[in-house]
Amino acid sequence: MAMLEINDIHVYYGAIHAIKGISLTVEEGEIVTLIGANGAGKSTTLRTISGLLTPKEGSIKFLGEDIAGKPAQDIVKLGISQVPEGRRIFANMTVMENLELGAYTRTDSDGIESDFQMVFERFPRLLERRDQAAGTLSGGEQQMLAMGRALMSRPKLLLLDEPSMGLAPLLIREIFNIIEDINKSGTTVLLVEQNANMALRTASRAYVLETGRITISGDAKELAASEEIRKAYLGG
Amino acid sequence: MDFATLFVQQLINGVSLGSIYALIALGYTMIYGIIKLINFAHGDIYMVGAYVGFFAITMMRTSVFPALIISMIITGILGILVERFAYKPLRHAPRLSVLITAIGMSFFLEYGMMYFVSPTPRTFPAAFESSGISLGSFVVNGQQLLIFAITIILMALLTYIVQKTKIGKAMRAVSFDTETAQLMGIDANRVISVTFALGSALAAAAGVLVGIYYNSIDPLMGMMPGIKAFVAAVLGGIGSLPGAMTGGIILGVIEALVSGFISSTFRDAAAFAILILVLLFKPSGLFGTDTQEKV
Ligand SMILES: Nc1ncnc2c1ncn2[C@@H]1O[C@H](COP(=O)(O)OP(=O)(O)O)[C@@H](O)[C@H]1O
Ligand SMILES: [Mg+2]
Repeated sequence: MAMLEINDIHVYYGAIHAIKGISLTVEEGEIVTLIGANGAGKSTTLRTISGLLTPKEGSIKFLGEDIAGKPAQDIVKLGISQVPEGRRIFANMTVMENLELGAYTRTDSDGIESDFQMVFERFPRLLERRDQAAGTLSGGEQQMLAMGRALMSRPKLLLLDEPSMGLAPLLIREIFNIIEDINKSGTTVLLVEQNANMALRTASRAYVLETGRITISGDAKELAASEEIRKAYLGG
Repeated sequence: MDFATLFVQQLINGVSLGSIYALIALGYTMIYGIIKLINFAHGDIYMVGAYVGFFAITMMRTSVFPALIISMIITGILGILVERFAYKPLRHAPRLSVLITAIGMSFFLEYGMMYFVSPTPRTFPAAFESSGISLGSFVVNGQQLLIFAITIILMALLTYIVQKTKIGKAMRAVSFDTETAQLMGIDANRVISVTFALGSALAAAAGVLVGIYYNSIDPLMGMMPGIKAFVAAVLGGIGSLPGAMTGGIILGVIEALVSGFISSTFRDAAAFAILILVLLFKPSGLFGTDTQEKV
């Protein structure tokens, strides 16, 4: 049984048919990437998995349970957390408060405490800035905070929406290393990217999304080598 | 009375009136912060709070403090119900529809109360007897001391809840970015309910205090203070708690000074002049941020 199994979902914004029948699976332990141009429907897919949107048709199974239409807080409790596009940190709150909010659904104070340590070990710069307003962090630090915040719920599945957006190449590399690291320590990852190059290098499997439909899918390395993908997404 | 004495005396009166505005303004600003709604029924929630306090004292024969607490609890629940049945169904409707609904809710509460308790003003029992203190040639009467004390306690309590508790942090997160708060596993609907409960309870406390201070309550008593508190919230920067607190006090003091030194006829005009000036020169208010909070 796959960890996440999306079967033919259709999602609308009012009359706009944004997702026109997507099916995809993520196996436990994998990094799977969903790539596609701006406006293809990548964020909509993640927002639907997280319960911010309800599919009009189709099903989303997480660990065998149908989660389509469940409220967002229940989905977090089941073990899915998301780093949204543009990071969306709580800029007026401190770094520490942001992390505390990431642990909102948990009540095991000892576990939360040790996860703070885990996050600070992974992102030492956050420790230095723990009492600073999150809005004063640099772009890269904000991305790290958004990732640390998402890890604080101890997710089984981590959804990342364009973590490389707006970052310098060196930082992008660092972020992708951290993603691989998080995956190695046992968290399954569904990674959305416009930066297909880095995404295909990091993921084991990939799906290509075009205007609400999946057009290509397969092994990430094979896709990275294919002529069609190189032309459309990798700049030749 | 010489100038200095009159000035200090009006300052004391102004701060007590301003405390009332501040307690009501906090609810406006919290509710605006969380669902971007100017809750025009908020002044009427304050009126209901005054009546609940009145009935607690006259019918249940409680003293002031139990009446205050009973009123805050019952009115807090009323706030939750108003949100649940009038505003929640319109969560994704255009802003204007919700605003019109809030105005409708205001009339509903005003005329609903007239139906149940009659439009005649009631004399609030003199439930709080205290001689107050006189400092030289001016006095702080017992009711004013009560208003100061209760207002300070409630503001400190609210600040503690919002800054330090888990639900307070959730409130700040939802008002900053509702969707992302939901991604943290926060139940936004529950947080919105809690916000209405807290805001309504503060207004209820203001209602009871005004009953004690002015001795008279009626079903339309919420109209003017409701608008004044809205002015106070805008003056302080709508969405900001310290803004609502200081905005309320400043407005109360200005009104008292205008009444004392010019004429009480111009009192209300002064309040609206302030609103116009703020909107002209610093629309974000004293404590408001100029940056937009949502992308
Ligand atoms: N809130 C919204 N209301 C209406 N349409 C939207 C909204 N968000 C996204 N869309 C539309 O849905 C489609 C998919 O958007 P999105 O999922 O954000 O794409 P991507 O993340 O791949 O760039 C686009 O055509 C976009 O214009
Ligand atoms: Mg997107």
